[in-house]
Amino acid sequence: MSILPELFWSFVQVGAFSVGGGYAAMPLIQAQVVESHAWLTMREFTDLITIAEMTPGPIAVNAATFVGIRIAGFAGAVVATFGCILPSLFIVSLLAFVYYRYKSLALLQSVLGALRPAVVALIAAAGLGILKQVVFAGQAMAPQNVQWVGVALFAAAFGILRRRRWSPILVISLCGAGGLALGLLAG
Amino acid sequence: MERPVRRPLLELFLSTLYISAFTFGGGFVIITLMKRKFVDELHWIDEPEMLDLTALAQTCPGAIAVNAAILVGWHVAGPAGIAVAVLGTILPPMVILTVISFFYAAFAANRYVALVLQGMQAGVAAVILDVVCGLGEKQLKARSPVHLLIMAGAFAATFFGKVNVICILLTAAAVGAVAALPQRRKGARG
Repeated sequence: MSILPELFWSFVQVGAFSVGGGYAAMPLIQAQVVESHAWLTMREFTDLITIAEMTPGPIAVNAATFVGIRIAGFAGAVVATFGCILPSLFIVSLLAFVYYRYKSLALLQSVLGALRPAVVALIAAAGLGILKQVVFAGQAMAPQNVQWVGVALFAAAFGILRRRRWSPILVISLCGAGGLALGLLAG
Repeated sequence: MERPVRRPLLELFLSTLYISAFTFGGGFVIITLMKRKFVDELHWIDEPEMLDLTALAQTCPGAIAVNAAILVGWHVAGPAGIAVAVLGTILPPMVILTVISFFYAAFAANRYVALVLQGMQAGVAAVILDVVCGLGEKQLKARSPVHLLIMAGAFAATFFGKVNVICILLTAAAVGAVAALPQRRKGARG
């Protein structure tokens, strides 16, 4: 099999079986890219994960682009990314159809009503997980590990967002600039 | 009031492009940014529906951001909306990763890049928790004991118990289905 169809098929599998997004996709990508095809070494794969975490976008799309570019240039990136989103296009469209068709049924109303508070809880947990990373930078939760720059930026951003309807993207960008400035001042 | 948008497809494309370029740190970040844009700003989607779409995006296989883009795109403009929203969502990571793939070692080790990213992470946490405060308040005001129990249980299960997200959503769905049974019986009798 030539490289482009092989690349496409590998990422179709990643897209079809990574339920739960992000970190669920990582072992699948590793299995395809490092173990069955040896397109990347383990070292390159670890770099890829670091970069994927540092740059915007879903890890699976980042990985597809990175691997595609490295082994087959720009065409490789397009083919791998398309493969990765193709299963979603089918499965999600089907579920969306079902949702809009039947959402007024009492049974589905009750199920959705119960799902909404669970989704709020999941978003809260994801936010607190990121906040923990900001405050302790991945170290033990102890007073001497507190990252004061991060705490100050979070408090300022949260205060602004609660009181004024600033654009979230403006707030995130200002935090990035603040982090650079305060980090340089702190030496 | 619904703000009239002359070119919904263009607006959809630019919105998803803009949101995706700033989505550091996983699917829930893009969900909160989409909520601010499509629910609070453009009023294209109402809040309960956004939560439903989140549950769907989370349960389907694939990247949550792409799944959410498919759902929002479908809602706004059908198949054309899907194409536009998905393209807007995957373009920024594709372009950025293409550029970075040529000098990734230098990028990953750069101190200034790390400082900016750490700062942005604080902003991301603030945005998510601000959206959570709004959504949580509404759940509290609705005063449904079952829903409040689900919210507390789901939070404890994911944050402390590290229970799989899909299991949590399926359990909540099952609770909702069971809660619908007595209503249905009542309906059958009356």
